[in-house]
Amino acid sequence: MITRILPQLVKQFFSRIATNPFPARHMPPSLTEALTGPGASINPPVPVGPRFRGRLNYDRSKCIGCRLCVRVCPANATDYQPEEKKIVIHNDRCCFCAQCTEICPVKCLTMSGEYMISSYERKKNIVTDSGPLHVPEKSQA
Amino acid sequence: MSTTYTIPVGPVHVGLKEPVTAWLELEGERIVNARVRPGAIHRGIEFMARERNPIQVIYLSERICGICSFSHVMCFIRAVEDLAQIGVPIRAQYIRSLVLELERVHSHILWAGVACYTIGFDSAFHLGMLMRERVMDVLELLTGNRVNYGVATFGGVRWDVTPELEKALRGMVRYYRREFTPFRDIVMEDPVAQARMRNVGVLTRDDAVRYSAVGPTARASGLRIDLRKSSPYEAYADFEVEPVVPQDYFGKAYGDVLDRFAVRVLEVYQSLDIIEKVLDGLPEGPFVAEPNPNKVLASLKKAEGTGWGIIEAPRGDDTHIVSLKGGEDNVLWWKVRAPTYANAVSWPIMFRGNELADAPLIINSIDPCISCMERMMVTDGRERGIVTKTELVNRSRQKTLDLKSKHAAGGGVGK
Repeated sequence: MITRILPQLVKQFFSRIATNPFPARHMPPSLTEALTGPGASINPPVPVGPRFRGRLNYDRSKCIGCRLCVRVCPANATDYQPEEKKIVIHNDRCCFCAQCTEICPVKCLTMSGEYMISSYERKKNIVTDSGPLHVPEKSQA
Repeated sequence: MSTTYTIPVGPVHVGLKEPVTAWLELEGERIVNARVRPGAIHRGIEFMARERNPIQVIYLSERICGICSFSHVMCFIRAVEDLAQIGVPIRAQYIRSLVLELERVHSHILWAGVACYTIGFDSAFHLGMLMRERVMDVLELLTGNRVNYGVATFGGVRWDVTPELEKALRGMVRYYRREFTPFRDIVMEDPVAQARMRNVGVLTRDDAVRYSAVGPTARASGLRIDLRKSSPYEAYADFEVEPVVPQDYFGKAYGDVLDRFAVRVLEVYQSLDIIEKVLDGLPEGPFVAEPNPNKVLASLKKAEGTGWGIIEAPRGDDTHIVSLKGGEDNVLWWKVRAPTYANAVSWPIMFRGNELADAPLIINSIDPCISCMERMMVTDGRERGIVTKTELVNRSRQKTLDLKSKHAAGGGVGK
């Protein structure tokens, strides 16, 4: 009914826009330049929640090579390297279930809050070592 | 002399959210018959499960469906818990019911929005999508993800409900109580929406029984069936869930698309009540029976047998049957029967006598989830032939009688 929908429309007319409107009046020659160049204003991404599961951090020096994460990973994202008795993580296969961080006996795997990880190169998504974790980025409650 | 034309709707069609083909036989604009041809989105998930252990299959079962992912997870987990006799703490059962209801809220609001889109009511569609954001935000706070929550595990849940979360959940319930009623009235009081949905795609009560409709589709036809009431699982026995049927609210069940809309919209309110009851009655205690997944895997390796899990998903009852073999890591076999599989049978009945322009609306009215539905089955090929429904009912009755006499003789149920 128009009487019920009208208050909704008025309310939405004055509410803050969360998405990004198209950045230019006409289609620019390069959309990437228009988005990253001077004068472009883009609403930043919404901050992630406290339990968000992003790209995996892997502390290679702490890893004992027990292969439990390989056993439990649903997506075969953890690859065991028999010579070094360590793993490498293929983040492009990862389904971000955090099961490996739960089963890891030495807690050398943690989930970061990072999520913009897509890349044109597969190798950029392979984590061999992200170093020891200095600050606890997030706690698995 | 009338000519019958046969036209396909799908597998790719603007009115469809997922690929399925409906071959419609038309006389003019009127549909006289329909055949539904699935098969475009089969992925072989059960086969993939056979090279994974049960913990890995939790996340695989989550990928059966994007909307009712938690229902499939719960169903699978309940089946494995059934066969391995894993107990679940009461707090975990409450949290599971909570997430199941949150999922029902978001699934039903999404469907209500999509139904408005199908009849061309785009303002209501966008309003529905706006409504749904709040429950998605709460789900993200609770589980870390908007879809595919990964929150359940064998013997409990993986993340607890903290006091801040409880506050967010209560805020969400208040928000929906306040904001959802305008959305409902906008659609249900709109004369155009009523004209598009009333007496369209009618499934009578008798047909719903005959073709085994489940979930909101059956309830819209006036059947009082709800697994949360008839065989309560998790914490539902504490809440007294009454099936939502249109005759209780409007005096008569038409079994048409508007009734299906009304049932789903009213179930949102019911789910909000259940969420509040869960929060009020959330008991203290552990939220997982065995926090070490390694020990869970070791105990599941020893487990042997077949387990069942049947729950009321947002679209109807979802059944998973899992078999494990002792000494083997991987799942031996796994059968999924999604609610759309039962509901799709009544599609041709709903189509008959309707206009061609209503075909996408009728397809969407059962809230189809084709990727849930497309399952495979491997048999040994020994038993052939078709079992009629009467025979199946008789066999089920016989089995119940056998179980009863067994329990009367043995004294006591297994679990």
